[in-house]
Amino acid sequence: MEKTVAVVGTGQTNHGKRFDVSWPELVHEAVERALDETNLTMQDVDAIVCGSMPGMLEGTSDPHFWLTDGIGAYGKPVMRIATCGSTGMSVALTAFYHVASGLFDTVLAVGTEKQYEGSSQGVISQMGDPHLIRPFFPGAVAGFATQCVNYVSKYGLKMENVAEAAAMISVKCHSDALDNPYAHIKAKLTVDDVLKSRVICYPMRLWDCSPTSDGACAVVFASTKVAKEIAEEPAWVKGVGYAGDEQFYGDKDMVDWTACKTAVKRAYDMAGVMNPLKDLDVAELYNPFTYQELLWYELFGFCEKGRGIDVARNGVTTRRGDLPCDPSGGNLCTHPIGATGLIRVAEAANQVMGRAGNHQIPDAETALAHAMGGLMQFNGVMILGR
Amino acid sequence: MKSMANPESVLKKTIELPYTWAMGEPTAKFLEGLRNKKIFGTKCLKCKRVLVPARKFCPRCFVNTKEWIQVSDQGTLRTYTIVYYSYPGQVKPPPYAIGVVDLEGADTGFSHYVGGVDLSDPAKAAGKIRVGSKYRAVWSRKREGNIFDIEYFTLL
Ligand SMILES: [Zn+2]
Repeated sequence: MEKTVAVVGTGQTNHGKRFDVSWPELVHEAVERALDETNLTMQDVDAIVCGSMPGMLEGTSDPHFWLTDGIGAYGKPVMRIATCGSTGMSVALTAFYHVASGLFDTVLAVGTEKQYEGSSQGVISQMGDPHLIRPFFPGAVAGFATQCVNYVSKYGLKMENVAEAAAMISVKCHSDALDNPYAHIKAKLTVDDVLKSRVICYPMRLWDCSPTSDGACAVVFASTKVAKEIAEEPAWVKGVGYAGDEQFYGDKDMVDWTACKTAVKRAYDMAGVMNPLKDLDVAELYNPFTYQELLWYELFGFCEKGRGIDVARNGVTTRRGDLPCDPSGGNLCTHPIGATGLIRVAEAANQVMGRAGNHQIPDAETALAHAMGGLMQFNGVMILGR
Repeated sequence: MKSMANPESVLKKTIELPYTWAMGEPTAKFLEGLRNKKIFGTKCLKCKRVLVPARKFCPRCFVNTKEWIQVSDQGTLRTYTIVYYSYPGQVKPPPYAIGVVDLEGADTGFSHYVGGVDLSDPAKAAGKIRVGSKYRAVWSRKREGNIFDIEYFTLL
C-alpha cells in the first residue's frame, strides 16, 4: 500500500520483575521513552490506544481506569483494546486505523502487562466457556502443547526431531536476547540444556516456554503529513491482516490454521509480498513457545508444511541467515502479554528505522511483525518498510 | 537506575468473587444428555457440520443449527498434553492429561480428560497415550448433568 501511516518512534520498559514501580509508573516509563525518541510532548499526541490482557492478571477489573494517568489520557480520545495474546498487535492495528481514517495525525499505542503481581495461568485458565471447556484448558502452555502434539502427528514427524529443532530455537532466542537491553530472560544455553529441562506440559519443557514478565511498550504512529518531521526514516505500514477463529479448539484445524493463514495472506497481499524469504529482511514472530516458531515458518510460507524443522536446522532464521526471526529474542525471552504483540511491531519498526542497536539486521528494509492469541482464536500481522 | 532486585514495597490481597453462569438451552440439553450417557451435537444445515458440544448457532456460517444428532461416545484421539505444573484455582492436582477426541458422527473435536495411564513419568506416559487410536468415554457412576458426567476418555 502507499505511504499513509508510519511508525515514527518506540519506547520499551526494561522488562522483567518490576516491583520497583507501580503499574501506571511502568507504563509511564515506556510512554516517556517513546516521547523522548520522537521529541514529542503529550500535547502533540492526538489520540491514545491502550491494551492489556484480562484485568485480573493485575487484580483490577478495569486496567484503563488504573492506567489512565500513565498512558497520558488526560483530555484525549482514548480506547482500550483486548484480544488475548494478540492484544498488542490489535493495539497497533487500531492506532493504524485511527491514522488511516484521516481523523488523527499522531496516535500513541500502548500495550502492557504486569504479571508478577498475580497468577497468569490462574487467570488465563478462567477464560473459556465454564460449562463445557474451561476445565480442559489448563493455561496457555497446555493449550499450545496440544497444538504441538497435533503438529507432530499431522505431518508424521518424530517428536525427538521436533523437540531438538525447538531446542535450537530456544538457544537462538535466549542468546539473541543478550544483545537486547530490554529483554527479560537472557542465557547462553545448549540444545541439551533445553532437552533436559523439566516438562511443564508434555512435550513442552521449561526452556521451550516464555516467562511471564512485567513490561510496557509504546509506539507512535503518524500520518504522511507529520511522519517525516518526526523521524528521518519512518517505518511505513505496508500491509496489515487480522483474523479471528472459533472458541472451541476442537472445531478448527489447529495446525494448518486458517486464522493464521488468512491474516498472513491479507498482509502479504497488501504489502505485495510474493516470496517472503526474499521480500522480507527480518521477522518478529510471536513465539511464546519454541514449537510454535516451527509452525509459523510453515504458515508464513518460509517453507512447505511439515518442514519447519529444516528451517530451524539450516540456520535461515538466525541473525546471519536469509530471514532472521526474532533477533530481539522474541516472546520466548520477554513476555508481558498485553505488550508483547506491540513489542513485535516496535522491534520490526526499529529494524526498518535502523534503531535496533546491537541486534540490528544490517540494511533491513522490510520487516514483519506477528501476534496470535486465545486458545487459537486470533492472529494479526503488520508489515513495515521504508 | 536502581537494581530491580531491591526489596520492594508491596500490598498483598486476595479477591474472591461469586458467579452464576447461565447455560443457555442447548448447553443445558447437552448436559442433560450426558446424564443419560448420550453425547449430542447440533447440525448446521449450511456447512453440514455436526457440532459437538451441541450449540445454538454455527460460528462459521452464523446461522442457527437445526437438528439434534446423537454422536458416538467413541472416537479418534487427535491430540493431548499431560499437565505437570500447577496454578491457583486448578481443577485438579497435576499430573493429568487433557485431549481432543474426534467422536464418530461429529465434525468437531471434543475436549476432555484422557485417563487410564500412569502419568508419573512424562516419557513413559507419552508412549502410552496414542494419537490416532480409538478412545471411549468412561462414564461417571454418579451423573449430575455436568461435563464431569464423563470421567475421562480411555484407550479402547
Ligand atoms: Zn455452518
